[in-house]
Amino acid sequence: MSLEEQQSDEPAELESGVSRGDELADLLGDLVVGREEHMNAPGLVIRPDEVQDALFKLRDEAGFDHLSCVTAQEYEDRYESIYHLTKFDDRTDEVSVVVPTSKDNPVSQSAEPVFRTADWHEREAYDLVGIQYEDHPDLRRILLPDTWQGHPLGLDYDQDRPQIATLREHANPLEEDHRAAGDSNTMYINIGPHHPATHGVLHVETVVDGEQVVDLDADIGYLHRCEEQMCQQGTYRHQIMPYPDRWDYISAGLLNEWAYARTAEDLADIDVPEYAQIIRTMGAELCRIASHMIALGTFALDVYGDFTAIFMYAMRDREIVQNILEDLTGQRMMFNYFRLGGVVWDLPEPREEFFEKVRDFLDGLPQALEEYHDMITSNEILQARTVGTGVLPPEVAKSYGATGPVARGSGIDYDLRRDDSYGYYDELDWDVVVEDGCDNFSRLLVRMREVEESAKIIQQCVDLLEDWPEDERNIQANVPRTLKPEEDTEIYRAVEGAKGELGIYIRADGTDKPARFKIRSPCFSNLQTLPEMSEGEYIPDMIASLGSLDIVLGEVDR
Amino acid sequence: MSSEQKPFVTDDTQVQTETRDARMAGADDRFNSKLREAFGSSPFILTKFDKFMNWVRGSSMFMLQFGIACCSIEMMHTYAIKHDLDRFAAGVPRASPRQADVIIVPGTIVSKFAPRMKRVYDQMPEPKFVVGMGSCTISGGPFQEGYNVIKGAEEVIPVDIHIPGCPPRPEALIYGIAKLQERIANGESSPVTVKPYELEQFGDLESDEIVDKLAAQIDEDDLVMRYNWADSP
Ligand code: SF4
Repeated sequence: MSLEEQQSDEPAELESGVSRGDELADLLGDLVVGREEHMNAPGLVIRPDEVQDALFKLRDEAGFDHLSCVTAQEYEDRYESIYHLTKFDDRTDEVSVVVPTSKDNPVSQSAEPVFRTADWHEREAYDLVGIQYEDHPDLRRILLPDTWQGHPLGLDYDQDRPQIATLREHANPLEEDHRAAGDSNTMYINIGPHHPATHGVLHVETVVDGEQVVDLDADIGYLHRCEEQMCQQGTYRHQIMPYPDRWDYISAGLLNEWAYARTAEDLADIDVPEYAQIIRTMGAELCRIASHMIALGTFALDVYGDFTAIFMYAMRDREIVQNILEDLTGQRMMFNYFRLGGVVWDLPEPREEFFEKVRDFLDGLPQALEEYHDMITSNEILQARTVGTGVLPPEVAKSYGATGPVARGSGIDYDLRRDDSYGYYDELDWDVVVEDGCDNFSRLLVRMREVEESAKIIQQCVDLLEDWPEDERNIQANVPRTLKPEEDTEIYRAVEGAKGELGIYIRADGTDKPARFKIRSPCFSNLQTLPEMSEGEYIPDMIASLGSLDIVLGEVDR
Repeated sequence: MSSEQKPFVTDDTQVQTETRDARMAGADDRFNSKLREAFGSSPFILTKFDKFMNWVRGSSMFMLQFGIACCSIEMMHTYAIKHDLDRFAAGVPRASPRQADVIIVPGTIVSKFAPRMKRVYDQMPEPKFVVGMGSCTISGGPFQEGYNVIKGAEEVIPVDIHIPGCPPRPEALIYGIAKLQERIANGESSPVTVKPYELEQFGDLESDEIVDKLAAQIDEDDLVMRYNWADSP
């Protein structure tokens, strides 16, 4: 019954009886030195000095154009980087490229020349686990302070050792070259980490020449809360679920919880009752609306520069959604509502009242959106600021691994809810929103239109729930008290979060806690595109681009 | 290089550091003001004037627009319609710390951010007040065991009001702020704990293994914050 179940039947046999793994191994020939089987995809083991060859081949000849995630981990006897590859056109076709390196010389070739997105992912792997990447353009710490000692997700890290963090002035990276020429007047500006326009604690190191941005570097890590460590310390059954709420904390809680629920359910082979899937779908879409509302409000805040009507209107609509979610889950933001195998409780009684509340909200939504369109999208000032600014061509977006509204605003028709369907989405009638303007305006439009689509989904869910026979309201499957997935099972699964593809990699080691828990954050990849969109543009456009990316630092830094 | 790092140690900062030190030593309370000195020693006027000033302070608070993590979303809701903090004379977020007198710390503080937060706090003019929002600012909250997480805002700056919750509801935040206003109006100043984590010049640190190791990377007069994780609660 569950959709996940069908997909986790690995390895997928093709008609000829040759598995996808064999096919790809044939393609790579001698480059493959071993095989692994991950639950989501075949794994090909590659030597650390041939990574680029293998990835180039997979990208150019087999069409794997999406490097979704890079997972690094340390075993007792080796380090390992895993490149999770998939395709924008066919999300279910996946392959993991596994690159082991030795303990005493953890050097591996960088994938950055093949996929631009590997740049940050490998920096993170270096920072937290300690693998070195040869050929990497700029291998330095990304999340922790430069002066940090040790690699915290390594096996022998001592958490008690003292550390020192510095507060020093940042140098203008262009100052020297330009001074030599004698005619430059570039100026270095720190935007953040405490700045109203950065949506949290992001630090954008900007160099401007006049009003144009000539160099830009996003410095992150000001909210690195060790989410992966926290999840590795928690037991599958109950202790991990509260944390996803706090990754993307803009009320996208249920969407994030679903990422964990989906991964762990596939890992432990748990079926979710249909009724629970519908509740999940409805809750998740409510979260998406709440999240897009804040994106809208803060974007207007960035562009207009004050707490004006739009921000307040967006907050007003969000309040309504939050009230509904509170009725459903008991909390305004940190829901902790999903359980493995279902949800924690049924809809609130009296049900009619709840349905009415949701319906009222949905009925009011078209009018609210009309208002937004009057105030935002048809406003000349906003159009002048956003149409044609922050351009992100689809090819660039793909190579940075951009997903979610950012990708869909660049004309990439990619949505995991449809392409790698889970929950109840493929039973419902809705559309994936794509705009091909590639600019700030398209990204804004995508979000606004997605709100309408979400409303459609919720509407259908409410209808279904209302008619659901009373004795079949099964909200949770039977799940053992402690889950101990088999040793060395590895899985990487993703869902469509509010900001894009939110993936989780788990490696089980036979205990009730994951041995490695890696989070693929959509914002992390999306934020990487900022220099592409803003270098050479005016500085106000950079702020608009940053707003249109709709990042949330809790998820960027994790 | 070292001369370029000077701007961080402005005279301004020094004044603030002195005020803070005086406060910690108990020689000076936080409601000090130049005007008060000007009024001289007439006890009647002094008390009345103090009362008046305190009432003014409590009734018109400028908050710093300062968001860190999840709690800041609820903080935005508190500022926005429905909860509308402005009704309580505390709803104008200021973008610059130099114009603000209350800082709400809404979120988890991590090692990279703590020195920056300290700097922002130092830039606020006296008298200033701190509201710690959420369990993260009490103890590190859900992330208490993290390798990178400061176990509470009080390790870095003094906190006047703690609001528990994860995140606290907007109503709770309003209640906390109302309590703060009450305390200010009564002229109560909160005890200033001596904080374990201070911004210091690297050259002032006691030499030990890690200091020696980093000596090549950090200048003597760079400002640093040294964390002793083993002693953290
Ligand atoms: S207290 Fe909870 S809601 Fe607030 S910042 Fe910490 S984790 Fe987030």
